[in-house]
Amino acid sequence: MKRTALSTAGRIWPNATAALLALGFAFPVYWMFSTAFKPTRDIITEDPVWFPLHGTVEHFATAVNAPHFWALAGNSAVVTVLAVGLSLVIALCGAFALTRMRFKGRRGILLTFMVAQMAPWEVMVISIYLIVRDADLLNSLVPLTCFYTLMVLPFTLLTLRGYVAAVPRELEESAMVDGCSRRQAFRKVVLPLLAPGLMATSLFGFITAWNEFPLVLVLNKEPGTGTLPLWLSQFQTQFGDDWGATMAAASLFAVPVLVLFLFLQRKAVGGLTSGAVKG
Amino acid sequence: MAVQLDAAGEETAPHTGKGADPPTRGTAGGRTTRRTPRPPARRTPRPPARRTPYLLLLPALLATAVFLGWPLVRNLLLSFQNLNMKELIQHLTDWRGTGNYQEVLGSEQFWRVTGRTVVFTAVNVVLIMVLGVLIGLLLARLGKKMRLTLSLALVLAWAMPVVAATTVFQWLFDSRYGVVNWLLDKLGRHGMAHYDWVGTQLSTFFVITVLIVWQSLPFVALNLYAATTTIPRELYEAARMDGAGTWKVFTSVTFPFLKPFFLATTFLEIIWVFKAFPQIFAINQGGPDRLTETLPIYAFTEGVGNLHFGMGAAISLLTIAVLLVMTAYYLRLTLKQEQQEENEL
Repeated sequence: MKRTALSTAGRIWPNATAALLALGFAFPVYWMFSTAFKPTRDIITEDPVWFPLHGTVEHFATAVNAPHFWALAGNSAVVTVLAVGLSLVIALCGAFALTRMRFKGRRGILLTFMVAQMAPWEVMVISIYLIVRDADLLNSLVPLTCFYTLMVLPFTLLTLRGYVAAVPRELEESAMVDGCSRRQAFRKVVLPLLAPGLMATSLFGFITAWNEFPLVLVLNKEPGTGTLPLWLSQFQTQFGDDWGATMAAASLFAVPVLVLFLFLQRKAVGGLTSGAVKG
Repeated sequence: MAVQLDAAGEETAPHTGKGADPPTRGTAGGRTTRRTPRPPARRTPRPPARRTPYLLLLPALLATAVFLGWPLVRNLLLSFQNLNMKELIQHLTDWRGTGNYQEVLGSEQFWRVTGRTVVFTAVNVVLIMVLGVLIGLLLARLGKKMRLTLSLALVLAWAMPVVAATTVFQWLFDSRYGVVNWLLDKLGRHGMAHYDWVGTQLSTFFVITVLIVWQSLPFVALNLYAATTTIPRELYEAARMDGAGTWKVFTSVTFPFLKPFFLATTFLEIIWVFKAFPQIFAINQGGPDRLTETLPIYAFTEGVGNLHFGMGAAISLLTIAVLLVMTAYYLRLTLKQEQQEENEL
């Protein structure tokens, strides 16, 4: 009896803390959407208007009609999807070799990818700019796709290693005993089991490529050739204190990632841990 | 060195009798005693197995060499050049030896920025790890409904694209109509009613830190929670039986069990915080008076902003060196662990 009373008292503070934390974490996201839907007179006020009671989509119209929005959204989509797809294929091959096979130079290669993961792309923009300029590919999507693929690649590869290791080797072997070639065994047995891992990993790649900012800032200066992060940062400079339009623009930029994340996060969370714990 | 370590590990390798072991061991033994003829394969010989791993890794290695290796080499070459706007436009190459490095390493500015970056990274990573672990442990204690609510809020924060989040934080911390200043005013800090957050070094760093910690906590918290669910319940029960308190349970069960997780996460967070670019750049371009520049921003401003490309390249290579030093411990540890696993393959 005493025990239950104690535990109810002990349950108040965790719940209260959790509620407060939930509020703190969700609020900036809520405030972005809520500001985007409010008429300007409800935004520029001494006392905040907490709910968009007089909802309007005028800010979204401003954002969408800003120059090059659709072109840049298209560019972002193309570059992100290509980079994620390419890196997944390339990384899966590599991850398979690194987890399942033993060969000379294995650890050296592993170290290469671990260091590659740390590559501070932000500070290499100068040499990348010169390389791309000399190849006459400024303002093109090709270099962006290539470099984004590589930005995502090491992380994808190292994370997929954990997923590949989690697939029991015996499954593959028994398929091979049943007459499959190693390639068939991989395609028919291992690949389906890896599907959740691939989805989770692609999520991180998607976020990285979708967000990338310094490189596109330097490489694609011609209006209409860049990607959405560029648009968002310039939009803000252009519209200055028009917080409604800026928040609408930020919302438009964030929605694809938020939707994708809510769908895939369950898989992402556990998977990354298994990858990390596996080391 | 790799060969040496390989051979050393070979001798101490325990014989774990797994299905496919004998042939693998045979070839490995043949490799350590170099140039001796391979012992005849006992069962099914797999000749392609020698080439397959390299073929599978070829695309990844090739891509890394071209799109990372090449820019790095180019960067190295640039760092020995005098490359400003004039040279850039006229495609001139003007070598200046180690001049750039001498200038950078001799400047007080560089060392100040380096110190600032280390402190900035340390503060953020410590905050992220400590608070993240606390929230993760809290998640484990909550009821189902509350856990779902908090997880959802965490996922929202986690999923916010950096550039969008940065924009939102500028709006939250806006001096006139920002919610933060309004709240502080209501809480009795009337002096803060129109506070300009990007006016001083410390307050700008405060905003950046809140932003980064807010965005990074969900990753640590959710993953820690997921990881704790893999710890066998019996361990906790045993610890409780022995009369261990919450702190003792954490240090004697949770932490040792999840040590690889803590190491990997800390490593990732160090990299991510150290490299933070859009957050710092978009909030105030490293201002006021370049006082919030960290190494990546410093390299960018010197190189691209001030058009001293050679200098920028030198700074960027030094930046990479600093990051490598900061993560060396983890890299060594992982390689050692990898050595053990390799022996079990």
